[in-house]
Amino acid sequence: MTTLLFDGRTTELEGAEQRGAELWVRRAQLEAATGWELRPEGLCQGEVCVPVPSGARWSDAERVSVTAFARHLRRPVLHEAAHDVWSVGPEPGGSRLASGIAPDFTLPDFEGRLHSLSQYRGKKVLLMTWASW
Amino acid sequence: MWQGIYQELRDRGLVILAIALDTAGEAAAGAFARAGDAGPLGPLAKRIMGWSDDLWSRAGRPTYPCLLDAQHAVAELYDITNVPMAVWIDEEGRIVRPPETAGAFDVVRHIDVTTFGIPDEVASQGERVRSRYVDAVRDWVHHGPRSRFVLPPQEIARRSRGPGEAAARAHACFQLGAWLWRRGDAGAARPWLEEAVRLRPESWTFRRQKLAVADAAAIGNFAAGPEYWEAVQALGDRPYYVPPDLGDDS
Repeated sequence: MTTLLFDGRTTELEGAEQRGAELWVRRAQLEAATGWELRPEGLCQGEVCVPVPSGARWSDAERVSVTAFARHLRRPVLHEAAHDVWSVGPEPGGSRLASGIAPDFTLPDFEGRLHSLSQYRGKKVLLMTWASW
Repeated sequence: MWQGIYQELRDRGLVILAIALDTAGEAAAGAFARAGDAGPLGPLAKRIMGWSDDLWSRAGRPTYPCLLDAQHAVAELYDITNVPMAVWIDEEGRIVRPPETAGAFDVVRHIDVTTFGIPDEVASQGERVRSRYVDAVRDWVHHGPRSRFVLPPQEIARRSRGPGEAAARAHACFQLGAWLWRRGDAGAARPWLEEAVRLRPESWTFRRQKLAVADAAAIGNFAAGPEYWEAVQALGDRPYYVPPDLGDDS
């Protein structure tokens, strides 16, 4: 089974294909695995759309190449073949935070309940990292 | 303590989201999350973290959400390189202060590595730094956008440089290593975690998490072996905790 690590999401991808150096995922899996969706104008997340450059092929009738898209944004792409796991890193540069919009995420608490940052709209959030180590 | 601060400010619209960057998950962070800031360290934590007698007396089990981030996803999304670092987010989901050291002082630079003794003047400086940060949080909660600690958009953009090429790759290596480790393949994980540290030596989250999972018996303990202390020594004049820029009085 292929696994994709992308923006804090960990997704097992049934029916994904490796073609050359790229990972192609089923269209129906794209949004859940990455938060991006395929629209006529390109790959989009909310208001932000990344147009497909002329000559590039990121999609066919069944699948989308998430790694070709990621590389276009200069995001690092790693593949560990033994476990068939792909890891996509962040886009270099500060554009995501500099926009001033706090990136959303979903994480479990210690009882396993999921919390998203976006569910705390209407409150001031002090987002505090810590660790046992 | 943060529970005391939360009780003081929650009715004025503050929520604290505590994010444990802990690849070993419940086994590492569970006891701390349930005990609150003091954790298993007890009174030593008060001195290391610079809590005042007042805040220490209001310690308690957290009633704000404590979330577990085994992949360090929040560290990637917000480009966080040490703990504790915090981000202030307003009611509309806008960042009003980007990631910065959340009240911690460089006590670690002055600590006796065998006895964990801390000189008195260092301890009191730590307490001043902590109080200043907590007071800034209070000011924000009371005054909202009129607080002098809320930064204008151009200042947020200036402070949000984000990861460079190598650091972005380090994040990808780290999350791959963390995933392999959680799958039970510590041997496959190690080179990826080491590569993350090599690509971004200034990230204490990468370095210390790598050390913390290298030894199964040490999970949940302060990961302070020789490699850690050597890296601290190698800082020279650079700070371990970059002081937050809180304006003219910081």
